[in-house]
Amino acid sequence: MSRLSPDNEELARTIIGRYPRSRSALIPLLHVAQEQEGWVSRDAMAHIAELLGITPAEVLGTCSFYGMFKLEPVGRYVVGVCTNISCLLLGGEELLEHCEARLGVKAGATTDDGMFTLEDVECIAACTDAPCLQVNYRYFLNITHDQVDALFDDLRAGRRTDEVPVHGTLTRVRQHVAPERWSGHGAEGLPLPPGQAR
Amino acid sequence: MAVSDAAPIISTRLARPDGHTLAGYEATRGYTALRKALGMGPDAVLEEVKAANLQGRGGAGFPAGAKWSFLPKDVFPRYFVVNGDESEPGTSKDRPLMERDPHQLIEGLLISCFAVRAAQAFIYVRGEMALAQERLATALNEAYAAGYVGRDIMGSGWSLDIVLHWGAGAYIVGEETALIESLEGQRGMPRLKPPFFPAAKGLYLQPTVVNNVETLSNIPWIVTHGGAAFAALGTEKAAGTRLFALSGHVRRPGVYEVEMGTTTFRDLVEAPVYGGGIRHGNKLKAFIPGGASAPWFYPEQLDLALDASVVGPAGSMLGSGAVVIMDDTTCAVRAAWRLVRFFAHESCGKCTPCREGGAWLEKILRRILDGHGREDDIELLLDVGDNISPGPFPHPPLDGVAAVPFPFKQTTICPLGPSAVSPIHSSILRFRDEYLIHIKDGRCHLG
Repeated sequence: MSRLSPDNEELARTIIGRYPRSRSALIPLLHVAQEQEGWVSRDAMAHIAELLGITPAEVLGTCSFYGMFKLEPVGRYVVGVCTNISCLLLGGEELLEHCEARLGVKAGATTDDGMFTLEDVECIAACTDAPCLQVNYRYFLNITHDQVDALFDDLRAGRRTDEVPVHGTLTRVRQHVAPERWSGHGAEGLPLPPGQAR
Repeated sequence: MAVSDAAPIISTRLARPDGHTLAGYEATRGYTALRKALGMGPDAVLEEVKAANLQGRGGAGFPAGAKWSFLPKDVFPRYFVVNGDESEPGTSKDRPLMERDPHQLIEGLLISCFAVRAAQAFIYVRGEMALAQERLATALNEAYAAGYVGRDIMGSGWSLDIVLHWGAGAYIVGEETALIESLEGQRGMPRLKPPFFPAAKGLYLQPTVVNNVETLSNIPWIVTHGGAAFAALGTEKAAGTRLFALSGHVRRPGVYEVEMGTTTFRDLVEAPVYGGGIRHGNKLKAFIPGGASAPWFYPEQLDLALDASVVGPAGSMLGSGAVVIMDDTTCAVRAAWRLVRFFAHESCGKCTPCREGGAWLEKILRRILDGHGREDDIELLLDVGDNISPGPFPHPPLDGVAAVPFPFKQTTICPLGPSAVSPIHSSILRFRDEYLIHIKDGRCHLG
């Protein structure tokens, strides 16, 4: 439950600098906060509000709209099983039931050891590889029940961590632009909103 | 069986192990179209794209060249936004393009920005697609370092920054005005049109183009080969090729690039190089021709061509290129419920008919499935649907009743609400007996 670390605050300022208007950086900054702690705390939201010059309520207003942002701690691995139409037709519901039995929790809950949070998710755009699931937004396609068991065992034992980072780490590669390559033309001539100074 | 022998346009690198790297892209004519475009000048590029008759591949199917032409003259800065928020159930064709050929998208975007004189571009990628994010970030970093993006592109004096933006899980953000709201750091709720047509008042209320990933991935080929060559593929009204995500009960689910207009749904389902037929030798029950929002088709519509101008009057839409096949082991009520649950869950809450209606549709279907259905529930479902989408709902011809052409009418700002009515109307229209067994006997007709 903390503000952004100094490194992440610097990263946040870099991200903000890429947009003609700073508030556009809000969702990327919420991802940075979630990467730091695995969820988005009120302190992190207050810090982001300071960085963007908006209120914490405005940050929460946006944050609470989007399903990926967790407003309370979740498991180290968030397992999202797709049960939407293409997966439904090929065993998505049975896959979810198997995960529930294997982890001992219902969809929406976290295991007692804090290792897994299980979710019944909407279509994850892997319809031609149904049934499928994601762990921390990494895909496991055409997955069988046996493969699910092996995957959970591996993750519990600390294996496959290079394949599946801990929850919050959305992208391990960030956009980097050398200052001399950045053109900075994006905001030129953009009118300011009423009441704001440049 | 019409299997096109036309060379693929956008899927050429999807099977290449190094297709996502700059080296792999440059080895396969990468960034040569950009160089050509820079030599042609913006107006000539715009004319080629117009001549190509490239229809948007996101769902609405609006011609890209016409969309660009709507930008008001002399109003700057203009912005360009890539819609990579693919989330329509059944659709999985933009994700492979972003994961396995990110430079093709970047080059298409660069050329497009050059043509419309955009000040800056944003690639809005669906949050859940971690690999697409990583591949696009890597590709942008490579392209910036190599001088293809940023200041003084390829020594031409023209500059453009591209920012990779992350979504965070909201289907509605695929609607272009909701995407713009989201890109401004707001809740992803659609804007009223008019006045907020993106071309006039888009990002930061400036003229803005929002194009789909697949649409833009066609641009390098069009510049290289000319708009006329693209328009020569397919038919007059449906030019070029298109990616179709074929899923459900076929032997070979997959993403296939097929020529528009000349290929039929039957070809896509049955041809050995595509679907290979219904699995286990089962019978086709129904299929969704264009993503979860589309009214269903039945075996009688299999011979329709993959062409929006054919599918629309027949009572549905090609939409996002998602074809979902349901065989005779499918419970129509359960399939409808799962689709409606999606729309109920993804309603942004702005318009009452969608927010309230969608939730009630889902609850009524749930109680029917749970064995607590009431006799008048079928009429109740249709009545709630009529409040979201008034009047005759689009559907194919059936039992002597003529087709009602697409699109649906709506009491909402965007089409998400009426989309929830599609599975309900489609399943009741053809499979009312399955509803009755659920309601009267409390069980599924499949046992």
